[in-house]
Amino acid sequence: MTRFYLFLASVLAVLLLLPLFLDKYELGIFVMIFFYAYLGQSWNVLTGYTGHISLGHALYIGIGAYTSTYLAQAFGLSPWIGMWVGALVAVVVAFCLGYLGFRFGLRGVYFVILTIAFAEITRLVVSHIAALGSFSGIFLDFKPSFSNFQFTGNIPYYYIALGFMIFSVIAVRLIETSKLGRFMVAIREDEDAAQALGVNAFKYNMIAIAISASMTSLAGTFYANYIFYIHPDSLFGMGLSIELILRPIIGGLGTIFGPVIGSFILTPLSEITRAYFAKGGLEGLHLIIYGILAILVVLFMPKGIIIYVKRVLNPILKLDEEN
Amino acid sequence: MSILSVNQLSKSFGGLMAVKELSFKLEKGDILGLIGPNGAGKTTVFNCLTGFIPPDQGEILFHEKSVKDMQPYKISQLGLVRTFQIVKPFLTISVLDNVMVGALIKEKSITKARQESMEIIEFLGLGRMANVEAQGLPLPLRKKLELARALATKPKILLLDEVMAGLNPTEVDEIIDLIRQVNARGISILLIEHVMRGVMALSQRVLVINYGKKIAEGIPEEVVKDKGVIEAYLGKEFLSAQG
Repeated sequence: MTRFYLFLASVLAVLLLLPLFLDKYELGIFVMIFFYAYLGQSWNVLTGYTGHISLGHALYIGIGAYTSTYLAQAFGLSPWIGMWVGALVAVVVAFCLGYLGFRFGLRGVYFVILTIAFAEITRLVVSHIAALGSFSGIFLDFKPSFSNFQFTGNIPYYYIALGFMIFSVIAVRLIETSKLGRFMVAIREDEDAAQALGVNAFKYNMIAIAISASMTSLAGTFYANYIFYIHPDSLFGMGLSIELILRPIIGGLGTIFGPVIGSFILTPLSEITRAYFAKGGLEGLHLIIYGILAILVVLFMPKGIIIYVKRVLNPILKLDEEN
Repeated sequence: MSILSVNQLSKSFGGLMAVKELSFKLEKGDILGLIGPNGAGKTTVFNCLTGFIPPDQGEILFHEKSVKDMQPYKISQLGLVRTFQIVKPFLTISVLDNVMVGALIKEKSITKARQESMEIIEFLGLGRMANVEAQGLPLPLRKKLELARALATKPKILLLDEVMAGLNPTEVDEIIDLIRQVNARGISILLIEHVMRGVMALSQRVLVINYGKKIAEGIPEEVVKDKGVIEAYLGKEFLSAQG
């Protein structure tokens, strides 16, 4: 395990020094890698560890983005504070969704439909609120300063996104080894058996969805202040909901490094193919490649790429010792 | 004072009376066998006692306190803990982690929960399997795991639903011995079992139900000679053929 921590430390050191050697475009790709790794990790808490499939997680990104942006524009509140208000709103919405789903025993596809419904309803509602920019969304004024969460160049975003990703890895690691994480996994594996042992499944389901939703919404604030434009269709839409679950699925569900590995593979692939095919007038082809990759992974590596990564790294890092 | 007393418990599914006005008591420290032909309603009784199915009528008193209409997890935390006839291991985590879920209900510290769990695992003879994923276990060991998890919650009453089904005679004897030791630690046991060898060896008293109704109750040796019981298991013709 010591070797493993050394390995992690060296990866971290490389990531910390990397901006010295990258141009703006390359930095942008890394920002997206960290961003999607973080989102995948947040989603992983609810779906990977607790076993409830959410296909509407963009909902919480939208909530985070809109809350902090609205508060910044209307009241001049710094997004650094607004993001926590957004997290609170996300938790409230998640509790409503969770109450309906968990109290009334909606499981499997019915829970999935519930999550989609919540995201779609919110998308439509936001699309009709003039104060939130209606259908056309909100352009953020570019006033770069630390308190405005806006910066020139990609280097600050790079470090913030990296911080987000590291935070999520540590948070999920702490959850995984705690009583909370163990109960979440028990619920995922067999809710009745967990209840029979005395696990209050409803309570732990609600905690899981609250953690997942609040973490996801923080990324929404980041996204708004990175792109400077928020729009209901792209922030609450199914496209983003699906985009953010592909990485943990391909990397490995219910594992700490699955979403990270998934993002390091998929995000550059997506960015590069998007740019490459757009030049040739083949916009959208990258999505087909994406889809094929997802199908192949699900068919041939149902537990994710992480299993193979572990197998390759094991002789060097001695992962099996202790742990 | 009975640790568990059930009065006039009834449960029907549509037109089918699965349990009908069933009353019985479990004394502290006892082992009570609950037997009956297939479909007699034994598992439904367990489901009602542990809150998985709300009973239509009747009273369930655990330590003189009603546990009717309580959530399953709450009943389990009070100390009325069941196992499942169709075992439900947490498949993708290790045997130790499975048992730790039970231990963590009453023990806050992960380290202590791990120690307690290891002791229980050793006690049940699963020591070599502690770090194996539960999906790698064959049925007899899964049954033991089911028992281990329940024990880890520090129950006052164990409701064992056919823990011996599907085991060979040697394994049955081993489980009988283990249940005796569990009982000797002061845990009262309600046992659903088809394996008569197990029921006869363990139970101080036996309760026989058929079509959800009690048809006999008493010490095992007498109950198996009861005409009503033989009829329920083997039919009227068998009785008349015997004369």
